[in-house]
Amino acid sequence: MSALLEIERLEVGFGGRTSAVRGASLTVERGETHCLVGESGCGKSVTALAIMNLLARGGHRTAQRLTFQDEDLLKLDDRGMARLRGNAMAMIFQEPMTSLNPAYTIGSQMTEVMRRHKKVSQRVATDRAADLLGRVGITAPGLRLGQFPHQLSGGLRQRVMIAMALMCEPQLLIADEPTTALDVTVQAQILRLLAQLQRDLGLGLLLITHDLGIVARIAHRVSVMYAGEVVESAATAQLFADPKHPYTQGLLRCVPVPGKQRQDEPLGSIPGTVPRIGPGFEGCGFRDRCSFADATCAHTVPHQTAAPGHDYLCRLAP
Amino acid sequence: MTATTTLPAIELKSVGKTFRVSGGILGKDRHVVAVDGVSFAVAPGGVLGVVGESGCGKSTLARLILGLLTPDSGDIAVEGQRIVDMDRKARARLIQPVFQDPFSSLNPLTRVRDIVAMPLQAQGTFSRAEIAKRVDEMLERVGLPGEMGNRLPAELSGGQRQRVAIARALVLRPRIVVCDEPTSALDVSVQAQILNLLAELRRDLGLTYLFISHNLAVVEHVASEVAVMYLGRIVEKRPTQALFHQPEHPYTQALLASVLTPEPGLGVPDVGLGDVMPDPANIPPGCRFHPRCPVAEPRCSTQMPPLRPRPGGGVECLLAS
Repeated sequence: MSALLEIERLEVGFGGRTSAVRGASLTVERGETHCLVGESGCGKSVTALAIMNLLARGGHRTAQRLTFQDEDLLKLDDRGMARLRGNAMAMIFQEPMTSLNPAYTIGSQMTEVMRRHKKVSQRVATDRAADLLGRVGITAPGLRLGQFPHQLSGGLRQRVMIAMALMCEPQLLIADEPTTALDVTVQAQILRLLAQLQRDLGLGLLLITHDLGIVARIAHRVSVMYAGEVVESAATAQLFADPKHPYTQGLLRCVPVPGKQRQDEPLGSIPGTVPRIGPGFEGCGFRDRCSFADATCAHTVPHQTAAPGHDYLCRLAP
Repeated sequence: MTATTTLPAIELKSVGKTFRVSGGILGKDRHVVAVDGVSFAVAPGGVLGVVGESGCGKSTLARLILGLLTPDSGDIAVEGQRIVDMDRKARARLIQPVFQDPFSSLNPLTRVRDIVAMPLQAQGTFSRAEIAKRVDEMLERVGLPGEMGNRLPAELSGGQRQRVAIARALVLRPRIVVCDEPTSALDVSVQAQILNLLAELRRDLGLTYLFISHNLAVVEHVASEVAVMYLGRIVEKRPTQALFHQPEHPYTQALLASVLTPEPGLGVPDVGLGDVMPDPANIPPGCRFHPRCPVAEPRCSTQMPPLRPRPGGGVECLLAS
């Protein structure tokens, strides 16, 4: 059986000026948590939106392959895509306040998703909503169903978003920075919940984040994105133990770890900023910030394999 | 040693601040206790990290120390002078802020050079030549040399904008800088650059920092001592090493447990805080942390915990010995 989600050489451009995603490939297996990690502007959110066909106006996607459960997403029309979204593939966004409708109760928003996709009565949908709210750790689900989003804290709203995404028993859940707006304590609770649900329901989870701490703790597999490309991809333990791409190495050195660095020692940092990349760009997108770059990096970037399942884009030998 | 050198850079004595929030036409006004009975002192050249969840009062604390808000009770002194007694110009020469969001804290229509010159011009005592010289020096110092001064904020990246904010804060050569989440809006690679710059400037210019952050790993890296805030009170304050190695307050322990270090295989910890969120408009009796505390006892919901002194600070918990 092929993987749950397969993406090969995805390209996303906006109006011929910016190439947001440049030939990114990644695969999400059933029951796997795959983290897509990178800094702002690297194309990770655009990748998620391209999968869901929710790109902003002017955005255009092409790919050699983009399949979900062997169904070709590139060939699906809007109706076909609408049939999948919220149903077999669901998405959670960063800001729960802006993705919930402030004028409707939690209950009506949750049941709407299910009644749209499945032929069920309001009664059945309400029961399922209450059941899921309980499952994501919300006490008094009956009360919460009648409340409006503004009556809930940020952590509760994000739990509601997760419960809503699970209404139709999706196979694939895409979560775009689901905990970035939350406090660290709430973040830990939400991630624990996501990991548990992923295990219990056998979901494929594509988690987008900029936080390497989250990646290390929750991912089975990691893809590192930089300037629109997946520059390195490996099993989590492998990537943290033996990062190959200079960007991945630099990123790992930037993160302060309690008890690991001395205070008077400067943190590792990556000089410079992310370049803006337009169509026709050649070579390695990281070369201007890379201390190992040489003249060849402006032309070709070899695709190398360090170990089975550990691939990276760099001229440096494994 | 003279008396002036032993004065704390920042000293707070039982400082309190409550906001009244209108309840609308029919509702009752609510009182939000943002800061309650906070006392501490920061030695010159020290870095006090302040950590806590959103709504714990850490940003209100920053505004009080900057003199942008007046406390309802208690005293705030900066280098021995009461902050409420100082005029704005004198205050600006002594203490300066660096805020979180370099996108909203810089005027989008003003060139970098003019943004940095503003505090000097406001003083009204510097000549044009002097201002130009100081601005150039400062921009060079924060890593924005040459023509960068002629750009507009929109032409800069997030990290460069934060450098501008730092240059603006330091151009008057203040003694104290209040950094309120200075790197939260930045990417990790840029965050590291800014943290290194702040550390270097502190060393070279002998500055004192109040460093507010929700990121405990960052605080551990920059602070010499750490204060943990919960619903307006400092529940634990200790030297950084001691606090990170042997946290005593259950809230500090939960905060530290929720730091996700990049170590694969450890999984996501159970911080055991439940889903009751703190509400500063509705402060629980007794220890204000007791509704979320995993080890709370019945007496915690009635008795105010005393401050138990520790070297370099203390902890407010009934269960601490």
